[in-house]
Amino acid sequence: MNTRSLRFGALALVACLTLAGCAGTTAPAPAAESASFSSTDVWVKASDGGMSAGFGELTNTGDADLTVVSATSPATSSMQLHETVANEDGQMVMREVEGGFVIPAHGSLTLAPGGNHLMFMDVTSPLRAGDDTTITLTFSDASTVDITAPIKEFAGANESYDGGDMGDMDMGDMDMGQ
Amino acid sequence: MRARLDTRRGPTRRTFIIGGAVAGVGAVAAIGVDAAASAQAAPASTPLNGDVTVPFYGTHQAGIDTDAQAHASLIALDLRPDVDRDGIRRLLRTLTDDAARLTRGEAALADTEPELATAPARLTVTFGFGPGLVARAGALSPSWLRPLPAFSIDRLRPEYGDGDLLLQIAADDPVTVAHAARMLLKDARAFAAPRWVQQGFRRAHGTERPGTTMRNLFGQVDGTANPVPGTTAFDEVVWAREGWMAGGTGMVVRRIAMNLDTWDRLDRPGRDQAVGRFQATGAPLTGTDEFDEPDFDAKDAIGFPVIPEFSHLRRSRSDDPAERIFRRGYNYDQTPPAGEVSDAGLVFVSFQADVDRQFVPIQQRLDQLDLLNQWTTPIGSAVFAVPPGCAEGGFIGEGILS
Repeated sequence: MNTRSLRFGALALVACLTLAGCAGTTAPAPAAESASFSSTDVWVKASDGGMSAGFGELTNTGDADLTVVSATSPATSSMQLHETVANEDGQMVMREVEGGFVIPAHGSLTLAPGGNHLMFMDVTSPLRAGDDTTITLTFSDASTVDITAPIKEFAGANESYDGGDMGDMDMGDMDMGQ
Repeated sequence: MRARLDTRRGPTRRTFIIGGAVAGVGAVAAIGVDAAASAQAAPASTPLNGDVTVPFYGTHQAGIDTDAQAHASLIALDLRPDVDRDGIRRLLRTLTDDAARLTRGEAALADTEPELATAPARLTVTFGFGPGLVARAGALSPSWLRPLPAFSIDRLRPEYGDGDLLLQIAADDPVTVAHAARMLLKDARAFAAPRWVQQGFRRAHGTERPGTTMRNLFGQVDGTANPVPGTTAFDEVVWAREGWMAGGTGMVVRRIAMNLDTWDRLDRPGRDQAVGRFQATGAPLTGTDEFDEPDFDAKDAIGFPVIPEFSHLRRSRSDDPAERIFRRGYNYDQTPPAGEVSDAGLVFVSFQADVDRQFVPIQQRLDQLDLLNQWTTPIGSAVFAVPPGCAEGGFIGEGILS
């Protein structure tokens, strides 16, 4: 029995003990990861095309870690979950984070320029400052959540992309962000 | 709830809003005394003015009936040629969100110096629309929204006049003002470019009791006759009532250069005669207290009016009760030109529901005759429509841009 189903089983048991009408014979479905998720201050960098990024605070109100495994947005053909790390030359580059974004139980994960972020790989409809765009996050249990994020002009967030088949997508000056 | 202040001098207690709770001046002092007396006294128990906020959302925009803060930057911007009605909407959505956060003491989204946002110090951000913005939004302009008529005393410089969008950014702390201005201008950059900036100052917080009438750099008590925020008289003078402007107001911004060198040569009695009030107290020449009603019929021993016919006080006072304004100006003092020691004056700001009905007649009378004109020169002039406030989730200007 793996840790995850043990956790779900434990949650189900707790739910059974607290719900008045529970017969106790069948365990209720485990709560979706998305139910424990909330976000604040999410925003997306304005861009006419090419790459862009989304930032904000992702919060987990539940007892179990959440894992965001993928993201989509109508504004881009492809989104990736990115971290920012030093490469072998000591230069800060961004790349896909293995295992997705883990948001610790009763904790949060900060997405900020120079750090973790949601990468819009190819902006297909212009992201204009003052408009909103939608980001859909998918969790490891396939539950999803939609986030509406305002778009803002931003001078930073220009790290080089260190991804295999995308080649050298250096967008401009290296920017350490915060 | 907007701060309700009694701005008259006298025995009435001053109050100011701290984070939604009302505390009297005496109460704040008491907290300080108690903290000092207690064995575990912590300086942090005395509320810091840097933490005080003024609510952003409401029927009216903040920064009009708000007790004037110590520092202000008035910034006019011109919309870029390619910005259409939807562009103006996007600009104002963004700036409204920035202003709501910063005035709460929170960083704006994408704020690269969030540390500079944590001391709001009664920050207000007030938006005004010039005729160009209203036209581009395809909306009906208030009848008075256009440059003021030319006055013979004017020596207007275009670099201090007009504009499509006005930002009045004010707080008791100048770092707070600078950060808010930077954040708003960065976000405006794709839509509008700064046209002019007029910075000004009043007494620092803590120097005088809140609500004390300011002194300008002539040394005059300036603003005694102002209607008092929170009163019916104020509401009638200031708030527009019709259409998309209901809950908004009209704003006049005029840069008044002061000739302090020639003012120096005028002795005290001469100054008092020119103004119609004693420089020492702000009292009218027929009274002893700043708030004494002037008696324009009083004559001296020779038979001349005690308050001269040519004095600023006499000329600015109208028999028509509709001709009243609410003044909220700031002193300015910039780098002097070569060979001089001062470049100082007043950023005159007044709020009134109808500029044509309420402000223009007063200014016309001053233009015709006002001895004070000998020492002042208007060098900038701009008129803006200040839209009403908005609720959370809305944005300033939604009445004409939704």
